[in-house]
Amino acid sequence: MSEKTSVIGWSRDEMAQRVALDIRDGTYVNLGIGIPELIARYVPEGREFIYHTENGLLGMGPSPEEGAGEPELINAGKRQVTALPGAAFFHHADSFAMIRGGHIDLCVLGALQVAQNGDLANWSTGAPGAIPAVGGAMDLVAGVKSIYVVTQHCTKKGEPKLIESCTFPLTGVGIVDRIYTDLAVLEVTPRGFQLVELAPGVSFDYVSERTGAKLHPARG
Amino acid sequence: MIDKKVSSVAEAVSGIADGSIVMIGGFGEAGSPVELIHALIDHGATDLTVVNNNTGNGEVGLAALIKAGRVSKMICSYPRSAHSTVFPELYRSGKTSLELVPQGTLAERIRAGGAGVPAFYTPTSVGTSLAEGKEIRSFDGRDYVLEYGLRADFALIKGKVADPYGNVIYNKTARNFNPLMAMAAKTTIVQVASLVPAGELDPEVIITPGIFVDRVVGVPRPVHESTLVAEGVSYP
Repeated sequence: MSEKTSVIGWSRDEMAQRVALDIRDGTYVNLGIGIPELIARYVPEGREFIYHTENGLLGMGPSPEEGAGEPELINAGKRQVTALPGAAFFHHADSFAMIRGGHIDLCVLGALQVAQNGDLANWSTGAPGAIPAVGGAMDLVAGVKSIYVVTQHCTKKGEPKLIESCTFPLTGVGIVDRIYTDLAVLEVTPRGFQLVELAPGVSFDYVSERTGAKLHPARG
Repeated sequence: MIDKKVSSVAEAVSGIADGSIVMIGGFGEAGSPVELIHALIDHGATDLTVVNNNTGNGEVGLAALIKAGRVSKMICSYPRSAHSTVFPELYRSGKTSLELVPQGTLAERIRAGGAGVPAFYTPTSVGTSLAEGKEIRSFDGRDYVLEYGLRADFALIKGKVADPYGNVIYNKTARNFNPLMAMAAKTTIVQVASLVPAGELDPEVIITPGIFVDRVVGVPRPVHESTLVAEGVSYP
């Protein structure tokens, strides 16, 4: 990945670390591919998160040591992982029963766009000739109790990703609860995007100018 | 005496006719029955509808079956990956069609098909392009999409150990879609690394009970798709 983070604000790792701070001890978590995967490196001391990967493992551990991996022990991104003590394997229908049935507490996903009403677009730009591929994203947003998005605040071209309404095909309607970007933490509320916290050295106006919808100040 | 063992992968895939719907287990390379797929390529059946989560990697296994022009339609959730080049070309040229299904809906459609449930409502995809044209019904104030169960003529399954009754256990995350597909096909064909006599598998740990299985073939040292892809192998 050659993705450059902005000069000011949080780095990818700091964004992941910031998300981890908000996850309670004992939470069952499903992490999407990209920045969300980094969260597993920043579990705050004294807490335990249990990772679910939708291809059939609860209790997923970190990548194996070089040469110790197994081609049939992988995560949803098809990368080799490990199974921690207390892990369980299961088939796909059980795995998505955990997801759709509301048993997973939290899912952290990347985004192409998030709308002020909580709509998420993260699977397709709808570009002609693109091969559509949805995977488990629509199931996760439909069934997991809380949906956090972690993403750069703007695209590489500087366009806002947080906007009034999504122009790309939707993954789910009104399902995003919180957004963690390189510039700020935001909440999706009935009246739209509300600031929770600014990254160090970032002003409200700076974030507001880079948000494609009304940004409400943090509750004081 | 019941004995579902057959002596070769060629015998295992015999009878798969042109135009069949074939479910193929696996998620990426984990649980992909590569030897059975290669036997199917040798067998020659064409105009197949294939159900798999993905579309294969490199030019081996499922990707090789697609490359050989045997697949007229794919039903899957994620037809893209770092080493998946065969399907995108055929899809863009219109030679292979695609039914894109969210992964959990795909799993449940297969489970339902095998369980004798013709259709079900799911919250997944409500309000998205994948729900367009589908029946929506509200339960307790929330909208759900009607999805149909999926059945197949054949299922190609990869397990770890089986016995002559067709009881199967799997290896780690290679389980994935395999037990569901084993339930949903008229003829279920299983390759396993190890065949054991009846009674050796603990009944408490059997994942696929033998009633769902028709043929079992031993493939003692199954290839790893990623190894073949890294070596640039192209099948046949």
